[in-house]
Amino acid sequence: MSGFRKKISRGELVVTCEAGPPKGTNIEKTLVELDAIGDLIDAFNVTDQQSSVMRVGSLAVSHRIKEMGYETVYQVTCRDRNRIALQSDLLSADVLGLENVLALTGDYTTLGDHPHAKPVFDLDSPQLLAAIEDLNSGRDMEGNELKGATNLFPGAAVNPGADPLEPQVYKTKMKANLGAKFFQSQAVYDPELFINFMKELRRAEVTEPVLVGVLPLKSPGMAKFMNENIAGAYVPGEVIEELERAANPVEKSLEISGRIIEETMSHCEGVHLMPMGWERHVPKILEISGIN
Amino acid sequence: MIYSEQKPWEEITSYLRRGEKVFVLGCGGCAAASGSGGEEQVGDLSRRLTEEDWIVTGTRVIELLCNKGLVGIRLARKSNQIEEADSILCACCGIGVQAVSKLVDIQVHPANDTVSMGYFHGTWPSEESCERCGECLLDYTGGLCPLTLCAKGLLNGACGGSHDGECEVEPGRPCGWELIYKRLKEVDRLDLLSTYNDPKPREKYEGEPDMDRRNSLFWAIEAEEEWER
Repeated sequence: MSGFRKKISRGELVVTCEAGPPKGTNIEKTLVELDAIGDLIDAFNVTDQQSSVMRVGSLAVSHRIKEMGYETVYQVTCRDRNRIALQSDLLSADVLGLENVLALTGDYTTLGDHPHAKPVFDLDSPQLLAAIEDLNSGRDMEGNELKGATNLFPGAAVNPGADPLEPQVYKTKMKANLGAKFFQSQAVYDPELFINFMKELRRAEVTEPVLVGVLPLKSPGMAKFMNENIAGAYVPGEVIEELERAANPVEKSLEISGRIIEETMSHCEGVHLMPMGWERHVPKILEISGIN
Repeated sequence: MIYSEQKPWEEITSYLRRGEKVFVLGCGGCAAASGSGGEEQVGDLSRRLTEEDWIVTGTRVIELLCNKGLVGIRLARKSNQIEEADSILCACCGIGVQAVSKLVDIQVHPANDTVSMGYFHGTWPSEESCERCGECLLDYTGGLCPLTLCAKGLLNGACGGSHDGECEVEPGRPCGWELIYKRLKEVDRLDLLSTYNDPKPREKYEGEPDMDRRNSLFWAIEAEEEWER
C-alpha cells in the first residue's frame, strides 16, 4: 500500500503538490525542481494535459517521479480518451506500480492549444470512478474478467466555490458512493467559504478526507483574472488589496497561502498545493502554515 | 420523421412515485406514426397505469408535441386535469418531452426512447434538441437534455467549469447542468440529482427505424393514409 494511501486512510494530514508535465520531451528540469521539494510532501499530483494543452503524459511523468523515490497521484481526465483507452491506461498505471489516481472530467478541448481536436467525454468523472471500481474488482466495464485486478486508490475533485453549491454537494456525495476515497479541492482564497463547504459535505454524510487546494497568487492582476475567468476561484477583495499594498508582493503571497492552510487545516485532512512554477517557494509556504 | 419506441414498462413505472397522479399525453405526429404515441398507445398506457393503481387524471393526443404554441392551446382545455396531476407522462420523442416540460411546472416523464431522426430533423423545429441516444434520460433531468445542453454531454452533474452560470466553452452559453438543477428544484425533485446514470451505450445512437419505413421522409402521412384505408 502506498504511504499516501496509508496516511490518508488513517486520517493523518497529508500534503500533495501539483506537478505539471512540460510541453516536449525535456523533462529533466521539471524533475530537478520537484526533487528539491520531494521530501516535504507526501505525493506529487501529476496533471493530465492541464488546460487542454498537449504535453507529455501524466502516466509517463508519474512513472519517472516514482522512479525517483516519490509517491504520485496520477491524474486522468475524460477529455481525450474513450472508455477503452481510459481502462487500458489504468491497467498500465497499475503495471507501473502507480496506485493513487485522480478521476477528472477535464477542461473542454477548445480552451487549450489544439482547439480543433475532437472532444471525447465518453465517460464523466463519476462514471470513471465506477470504472476504476470495476477494474479493482477484477472486471472491466463490460463485466469481462481480467487476468489480474488493479489495486488503484481513487480520488476526485471538489469545487468549494461552486455557485450554486447544492448540486456540487450532491455530485460529491455521488462520487463518494462510487468509490472516491479522497477529494482535493479547487484553489481556495476564502477560508470561511471553504469551512462552510466542509460543513455542507459532512451534513450530507460525505466523510472522505478532503485536501484544501492552495494556489499562490503571483500578482493582484492574477487574482483579478481568476475572479473573472476561473470557475469557483473567488479571491476576496481584501486579499487583493493586501497584495497591492505589500512592499514585497512575493512574501505577502506566500504569507496568504500559509495563512489559508493554517485557518482551514482543522476542518479538513490535508492540503493540495498548486505552485504553478513557484515550486521553490513551497518550503516557505509550508513553514508559514506551521503544518510541517 | 422522428422514430421513437416505448420504453420498457418497468422503466416507465420506476419514474413514478407511490400514489403519483399522472396525465398521459401522446403525440399525433411522428410518435403516432412510430406506433409509440398515438390514441391506441395513450389508451394502453392509461389502462395499464390504472390497473396498477396509479391515478390517471386524463389523457390527450395532440397533433405535434414539438409545437409549443399548439400544445399550449390544446392543454389549456385540459387545465383541470393537469392541475390535478403530479406529473405528465409523454409518449413522444425527446423533443416533445422537452417542449412540454417548458410549458408546465410539474415533472414530465418520457415514455419513449428516441431512436432515429429518420434523416429528418424535426417537424416543428425550435430550441429543443435531441441526440437520438436511444435511451432517454429526460426523467432524471427535469425534461432538459444534458447531452445537448451540456457542452461535454455529461450525464452526472456539472463539470465545475462554469462561471456565473456560463459554460466554460462559449460565452453566453448557459451551464446545462445549472439549468437542470434549477428545473429540478422548481418541480421539487432535487432527489433526482442523486441518480447515477451509466455511460451511454453508443451502439444505440441514431439507430434505424424498420427497413420499410426509413426510406421516406413522409412515411408518417403514408402510414396514416394506410390506416384510414
